[in-house]
Formats: sequence, structure tokens, C-alpha cells
Amino acid sequence: MHAQIKIPLKEIILATTPAKKSASKKASVSEDAARANRERPTEPVPYKATKEELLKFYRDMLLIRRFEEKAGQLYGLGLIGGFCHLYIGQEAVAIGLQSALTPGKDSVITGYRDHGHMLAYGIDPNVIMAELTGRAAGISKGKGGSMHMFSTEHKFYGGHGIVGAQVSLGAGLAFGHKYANDGGVCLAYFGDGASNQGQVYESFNMAELWKLPIIFVIENNQYAMGTSVNRASSEDQLYRRGESFRIPGIQVDGMDVLAVRGAAEVALDWVRSGKGPVLLEMKTYRYRGHSMSDPAKYRSRDEVQSVRDNSDPIEGCKAYLAEMGVGADVLKVIEKEIRTIVNESADFAETSPEPDLAELYTDVLVEQY
Amino acid sequence: MAIELKMPALSPTMEEGTLAKWLVKEGDSVKSGDILAEIETDKATMEFEAVDEGVISSITVPEGTDGVKVGTVIALITGEGEETAPAASPKPVASSPVETPANNAPAPIVSNKLDTKGKGDATPAKSQPVAIASGNMQSVTLREALRDAMAEEMRRDDRVFVMGEEVAEYQGAYKVTQGLLEEFGARRVIDTPITEYGFAGVGTGAAMGGLRPIIEFMTFNFAMQAIDHIINSAAKTNYMSGGQMRCPIVFRGPNGAAARVGAQHSQNYAPWYASVPGLIVIAPYDAADAKGLLKAAIRCEDPVVFLENELLYGRSFEVPTGDDHVLPIGKARVMREGTDVTIVSYSIGVGLSLDAANRLAEDGISAEVIDLRTIRPLDKATVLESLAKTNRLVVAEEGWPTCSVGSEIVAICMEEGFDDLDAPVLRITNEDVPMPYAANLEKATLVNADKIVAGVRRTLGV
Repeated sequence: MHAQIKIPLKEIILATTPAKKSASKKASVSEDAARANRERPTEPVPYKATKEELLKFYRDMLLIRRFEEKAGQLYGLGLIGGFCHLYIGQEAVAIGLQSALTPGKDSVITGYRDHGHMLAYGIDPNVIMAELTGRAAGISKGKGGSMHMFSTEHKFYGGHGIVGAQVSLGAGLAFGHKYANDGGVCLAYFGDGASNQGQVYESFNMAELWKLPIIFVIENNQYAMGTSVNRASSEDQLYRRGESFRIPGIQVDGMDVLAVRGAAEVALDWVRSGKGPVLLEMKTYRYRGHSMSDPAKYRSRDEVQSVRDNSDPIEGCKAYLAEMGVGADVLKVIEKEIRTIVNESADFAETSPEPDLAELYTDVLVEQY
Repeated sequence: MAIELKMPALSPTMEEGTLAKWLVKEGDSVKSGDILAEIETDKATMEFEAVDEGVISSITVPEGTDGVKVGTVIALITGEGEETAPAASPKPVASSPVETPANNAPAPIVSNKLDTKGKGDATPAKSQPVAIASGNMQSVTLREALRDAMAEEMRRDDRVFVMGEEVAEYQGAYKVTQGLLEEFGARRVIDTPITEYGFAGVGTGAAMGGLRPIIEFMTFNFAMQAIDHIINSAAKTNYMSGGQMRCPIVFRGPNGAAARVGAQHSQNYAPWYASVPGLIVIAPYDAADAKGLLKAAIRCEDPVVFLENELLYGRSFEVPTGDDHVLPIGKARVMREGTDVTIVSYSIGVGLSLDAANRLAEDGISAEVIDLRTIRPLDKATVLESLAKTNRLVVAEEGWPTCSVGSEIVAICMEEGFDDLDAPVLRITNEDVPMPYAANLEKATLVNADKIVAGVRRTLGV
């Protein structure tokens, strides 16, 4: 029943294989360098993490994984409503990139699959989960929901439900960094689906024209809802999508947290030195449906299982830790700690009261007229 | 046969201009493409090119002449070897641009080049000393009032910047941003590519990040490409974030019908934006309100859609001097007191309503005219108070009737003023059609003082 659309399984798996197996996609950068004859960022190399850093990556990815699993459960229980887009499978992207940023200085903006990006920026899991259940203690007082969460304190600017809108808004945040000369960089996430929206290219054009400090990140998880990249994109090598605007593009193994962090270093060097935007295509994969109501008819179970078995970012990180001599006992402690945090956030989100009805008409406008 | 060269209309709304400079003199031979003169309007300086070959036999309007009506004969050209026409004979024909389509004379080509060398010269703007004394009034065009509002707020707050198509080097497609680049530089006065969705998003993102953008749309017709950011990104963010994330931005530009620009460039978006919670919608009529309300909009913590009207840009009004003229948002103004009927309007409709009220007064009918000024939040109290006094009300609106601001006023009167009504509330609006191009059809489509007078008479049964 799952075979109506033939997905070249092998291709997807290859594309998402960890860096060490596919020689870190070396071809892309050098190929373009030869062709374009203009300065390009240096080729990224996997980040050399200390044991402590790697343990933190592991912990932070695991938090996202367990948090999202719990959110999926709460959705099944009817405690979370509407749309709920889980980040499971893509954890290495958020952690690899945002571990290189400074919350409160560098800004982050994303689409509706935003829980992972918030957790990666150190935002309290309790207020995120409470927002998912629509409670007064939620980060948006229960008025935003899964897709609309913000933390100006962290310079995390949402949480946007219109596909591609965050790219123009992100260019605006980057404009603000440049205008205020505050040294900040904007990281704007969008998906392979959004990469076909017109405003993305309008933003590319202005960002390069004005040399805005912005890193455009395409999280290519292979499917825009149920439409695979190949069925939607004439140029399916999405890192090339900025070429005609002179934005250098780098394709990255988004299933490998060290490859992602390595690319983040290169991108930040480029952008912070005033050379304008850079485009990172993160080859990644979501294990769950587009949202909780996904019928999953467009790909086979085998395909998903195969990625889980061969390219899982958390398992990959575990393997790196094993190489460093970190034993299973250490990881067990972390696992236990994460489970406690996530269970507490679920309890908090279930027991917090709903917003007061008096909140219905607050926050429509800031001022009184 | 001498060919008459007439003062050209350089824009759909131009009625007169200054013949700034002749680049040829009598007796010169000219050929097609030669630049004959420079013509200035309040919007731009243009070069005036020859389309015919011949000899300039007579220059009938000397350079430096102000207020030369469109269609006035400014020179004569005779073909090679033809007899030169006497200089005294041509009679200047002054007429409005609507009745004088450019094709009834050998149409000169106007090359739309910016007068870069004399950029500052034609600018009455920033070099003018701002009068210090408060309480004094001065006559200012609406476009100058808007520019002054922006300039004053930019001086006051470094977070304020202007972004849009042709706002900087071109000095504004309608000259509203004239002189701003010179004073504030390219960091704060930013020309964008033609990319409305994109730059509306950039502006909105910048506002979310803490700046105070003024986003100019060349006209609001083009803002439909950007309406997603105005509504989904700007208007809803404060609510969706539980009051955490603000979006203090002004989207401004001309709205409504200009003149003879056809259906896609002639539309009133006030009802569209006014239906959205989270937005402030302002549509001023005169220059004092335009200035005072634009300053308030720029200082406002909420996103504002500021709807101007191209046909009013060149009109002069009395404006308080000084840089502290800030008006409250959300307050209507009684423009003229009356006792028999209330005419509610906004933007260009206010002027038409005042004309109508003057005419009605000649027949002994006393009409009260209310300028809503802010469309959202709407000042219901002022409307209902007036209704309680006059018991009859019409709405005059330059826009479509269906789901209009007029419709909203009707609903308010029904719901909250029913006992005060002695007659049904009427909507006097444009016709319910896309704007036609033909002069007569366009005229028939638009609301005007005659239609308002007729509507008032209908509601009074006289």
C-alpha cells in the first residue's frame, strides 16, 4: 500500500548518511568554487568537540527527542490540539548550529516546526510544553500554540505558520543587527518546501545586496508534507538555490552534529566578517509525519526505519562518545535526567490552569486608543 | 504648418508645472529626441523631448514661468522651409489633464529622468527653517506634511528608518520622501528592489527586532503582494506571543483612486485592513491630520496601516508649525457642525462631503461632517453622538460599497443607535465595478459631491 510513489530509497539513505561514511560531501563546495570564480567560505570540517561539549550535544539532542516523543503522547491523549509538528530525527541540526550562537545576541527565527529550536536555545521546557497544551503558563500565555512561540529575551523570534515568511522576517532581523551594529547574526531556518516560495528569493536578493548578517538554513528533511524534494524542486540540490544571488551554499550532513557544528563555524566566520549571507543545506530526515495528522502514505516504513538504523543523529553521537571512552553508565545518567525534565514538563503542562477568559481581549493591541 | 508644442502632463494627476529651463532658443533646428526643455512639477523634474523635426519658430512661454497649465502651447515648431508662424498668434489653451488627452497634439516624449544635479534646488523641504513658535499655522502641502512628520521623528529617534521603492535617490515616486536621503543618509533611507512581499517582511522582521520601520508602498495596490506580512506577521504577533513580541511598524503610501490609472491601480483598501484585529488603520484627509497622525503612528507600539491619497498630496492646508504636532489615534473630528443630517467620511471623501455640505447649506439643509481619521479603532462615540443630534446619517466613501467602511458604520448605527434613527443610513460610494479607464466612465464610477448631495436629500426625503 505504500508503493504508489516510488521513492529512490537508496538515494535518500545515502544523502543522510553520516559524514564519515560519505566523505562529507566534499564535492559540492570545491565544484562550485571552480565554477564561480569568487571568494567562498572555506570548506567545513567536522567540529572537534571536547568530551564535555560532546556530552552536552548528546544531552541537548536527547532532550529534544524525549520532549517531542512526550508531545506526541500528549497529542494522542487529546491534551495538545491543532497542528503539532515534531522535530524527531532532525535534532543534530538545531543543536549543531545553535550551540555555536549566543542567545540574547544572535537571533533565531524559524517556521512552525519550532519546539526543537527553542529547546536548543535553552528555553525552559515547562513553558514550551504548557504552550502546547494551551495553558496560561505557556510561553505565549496559551494564545500561540505549537506554531507560535517566542522568546525575545533569548532573541528567539518564533514560531511562524506561513511557509517561507520567516525568511523575509529573518532578513529583517539581520537588517536590525546591521543597523544597530550589535555584532549579532540571524539564523533563519526553513524547509525544503519553503525553499520554493517566492519571498525566499526576494529575501536572498536583498540580503546579499545589503550584505546582511544572516545564515539561511534549509532543513531539507526530504518531504514538504507528503511531496518529496524531487517531485517539487527542479533544482533539487538546494544548497545551489542562492547561487544566482551570489550567496555561497554549502551542503551539510544534517544527521551528524559535528558536521553541522563545523559548518556553523565556517558560516559564522563568513557572516561575522561582513561578507554577507551564507546558505546551509542540511540534509536531514524527520521520522514522524509532517504533523500529527499525517497519513504517511507517501513513504514506506522501511525507508524511515532504514534512516533510523543507519543515520540517527543521537546514535551517531553515542558512537563518537564511545570513541572518546564515555561509558554506557554516563549516558544512562543523562537519559534519566532528561526523562525527569520531560516528565516534569508534561506534569506542569497538564496541571497548569487554562488562560483566564479575561485574557481573550488582552494583547490585541499594545496601547489604549 | 506650425506644430504646437504643449505643456505635457507628466503624471496622471498633474495639472500644472513650472517651465524651468529652455534648452533651445528660437531659430534652433531640432530633431526627434532632442531635449527641448526641463519641466518641474511638485513631484519631479523631467526633460521634455522633441518628436518632430523642424525649427523652433517661437517660444511662447519663457523659462522660469510657474503654474503653466497642462495643454498650454509653450512653443511652435515649423518644418524645414516652411514659413515661420508669427510669434504673437498662438493662444494658450489651458485645460485640465482629464479633458486633454496627450494625443490631440503631436505628443512629445517625456523622458522620466531624475534631475540629479539640482536635487536640492527644487526641494522646499529641509532647508526651510522650522518655525519655533507653537500655535502658529503655515500653509503646507500634504506631501510636505508627511515628509516633515517622518523627518521630525527620524531626528527624534534613531530607530526610525524609511524603506521602499524609490524612496531615497529618486526622492520618492510621489516625492513624499524628498530630502530625507540628504539629511539622514543611506543607512536610514533605503531604496529596495521591486519586491513588496520581501521588503514588507524585512521591515516587519526589523520591527520585531526592535527598530521602528516606515515601509512605503509606492501605492497600496502593490501591498496586496505583501498583505501576508501586514496581517499574518505584523498584526497577529503581539497576540500570538501573549504580548511578548511587538511590531511597531508603519506601512504607508497612497491608497484609493488616483486619476485615469485603471482598475489595478485604483482601489481603496481601508475596509480590508480595518477588518483585522491587531492593526491600526489611519486615513487622514488634510495635511495637519496627516502630519499629526503620522507622527503618532511612528511613535505607536502597534503596527499601523497609514492610507494616504495621491490626489491630495499636492493640496495645501494650514498646519501647526513646530515639531510637536502629534494627534491622538482613534479620534474622529467634527469638520463642520450641523443639525439636519450627518455625513461620515474619511480621506478624500471628507473634502467632497464638505463641498456637499456647503451646497446643501445654500438650500437651508444643515449637514454635520465627520472625518473618521482613524478607521480602526473606529471612534463610534463621535458618530453615535452626531446621530443622536441629527437622527439621519449617510456615509460618503471613495471605495466600493460592499463590505465597506460604510457598511460597518451602518451596522454600528443599527446596533447601537437604532432608536436615534429617523431614516435608513445610506452608503454613498463608488460604483461596484473595477475602475474603468475612459474618462467619462471613471467619472461616473467615483463618488462626488453631487452624489453625496443626492444621497442626503434621499435620506431627508426632500
